[in-house]
Amino acid sequence: MIRKGTDAAINSLDLHAVEEAVRIKESASEPIQVTVLSMGPPQAQSAIREALAMGCDQGILLSGREFAGADTWATAYTLVQGMRTQEPFDLVLCGERATDGETGQVGPMVAALSDMPLLTYVSKLTCEEGIVSANRAIEGGTEIVSCSLPAVVCVLRELNNPRLPTLAGKVAAHEADIAVLNGEAVCADTTLLGLGGSPTRVVKVMYPSFQRNTELFSAENEGLAAALDHMEVALGRTS
Amino acid sequence: MTSARAVWVLGEQRNGMIHPVSFELLAWGRSLADDLGVDLECIIAGHAITADAGDLIAQGADRVRCLEHRELEVFQVDTYARLVEGLVREHEPEILLASATTMGRTLMPVLAANLHTGLTADCTGLSIDPVERLLLQTRPAIGGNVLATIKTPSHRPQMATVHPKARRPLPRDASRTGEIVAVPIDEGLLHSRVSRVGFEQDLTMGSSIQDAELVIAGGRGLRTAKRFADLFELAELLGGVVGASRCAVDLGWAPHAHQVGLSGKSVSPTTYVALGISGSPNHLAGMSSSDRVIAVNSDPDAAIFQVADVGIVADLADFLPAWLDRLHAQNKEQGGLGV
Repeated sequence: MIRKGTDAAINSLDLHAVEEAVRIKESASEPIQVTVLSMGPPQAQSAIREALAMGCDQGILLSGREFAGADTWATAYTLVQGMRTQEPFDLVLCGERATDGETGQVGPMVAALSDMPLLTYVSKLTCEEGIVSANRAIEGGTEIVSCSLPAVVCVLRELNNPRLPTLAGKVAAHEADIAVLNGEAVCADTTLLGLGGSPTRVVKVMYPSFQRNTELFSAENEGLAAALDHMEVALGRTS
Repeated sequence: MTSARAVWVLGEQRNGMIHPVSFELLAWGRSLADDLGVDLECIIAGHAITADAGDLIAQGADRVRCLEHRELEVFQVDTYARLVEGLVREHEPEILLASATTMGRTLMPVLAANLHTGLTADCTGLSIDPVERLLLQTRPAIGGNVLATIKTPSHRPQMATVHPKARRPLPRDASRTGEIVAVPIDEGLLHSRVSRVGFEQDLTMGSSIQDAELVIAGGRGLRTAKRFADLFELAELLGGVVGASRCAVDLGWAPHAHQVGLSGKSVSPTTYVALGISGSPNHLAGMSSSDRVIAVNSDPDAAIFQVADVGIVADLADFLPAWLDRLHAQNKEQGGLGV
């Protein structure tokens, strides 16, 4: 499974991907190894340890100055290069999007760049005998789909309730070795990494400005009843 | 008219009917095409859609390219991506826009990855830089607290998605003329690795919040789950539906389907009532095209008041119960719910 982001804490939507991976491992009849893969600064190791504490077996952090400033395309490319160090694998699980209003586009881009089938908006998932069956929550209802593994699956929070790590899990995660790989270690084309490999550029950041000018009505000064009158007028509900 | 370096929008259909997001996209694309002095084209895939393609012309397109085949009736990422990618490589549009529906959010990143170009999700503003003639893509960033403007300087097409309902369609103009092109389909390209086994229609939720004329939305300023729950009663009394800020959803006060904003749904009701919502850019991105915004917040400096037509500074702990009491009293007077 993959997570991304720069926070030291794991992105809450990615917890659902981790939980699902661990559940699949626990219910499988044969041994399954779950790897958590992330791109980020060195402190992102703590997020990987959270996933290990929940039951992932192995953590890999893609970290290096050459990755800095990556947009979604360069991030997806870097993650795919990291995935290639772990071949073969059957299933790649991603959170739907980062919680801070991120784009939700890295998972689908990973599928495209690795030429794997893609399932997005997955609210229910089963894997049996090399076939993944899923419910996709889309406009107006639920689409039921299936495909052969390997596949990339982007999951919704409705999929499961992530477990809390056990104390033993936390201790093991704390002691685990996390592989830290740079661009060279994942055999990346350096022209496709970081800011230099990103098709997009942020050219301006600003605080938003607005047009509407509003005179405020104060309930404290005018009284609650008058404020309610004001609301009724605003809603066109005066009798 | 020339098709070189046009502005493209990816229309959508459901069950053979052109979906309204297509008309919204044409409104976004029209001003960009006019600023660049190029054609606006709509690409639409489906089955039995060509007959309605004239509607897309009337709503702003100069040219409609129809990908029509029984196998294209429902969106499948493999087939749609393969066909649209082929069209993009053939015609090299300058700009490609789609709606941030589950289709747009799935298809656009796949296209951008394969075309090796930039994609900006959930833009709240799109314009053309008059000097460089590049697409300026504005979206909330860094937790939704600021607006970032993004460019794709040298990769093509410049790709962006916009929220459904974030912009109104242009007025229909039946006198507009344009070209409808039936794109020949190579059946060898129609295979998909993912099979659709079935579809279960959801009759309960759907997009009710996006269709409502009155949205009563609550945020952290309501302070308790109980008081948020009172919004459902308020909404019923007023004939509206309940919306929620991301905070309220993260606190577990409302399901995600009610979330308004960049990370939820965009709405443009006749009236939007924001109760205890501070108004982060994330939230404003989802409701600022409402006709009329009424905000109640205890903080007179809350950003929500800057987009509100009517602002009331009040503590919701007092205001909401008093409002409900008054509505109940009015109902009693009038002998029922017929307010």
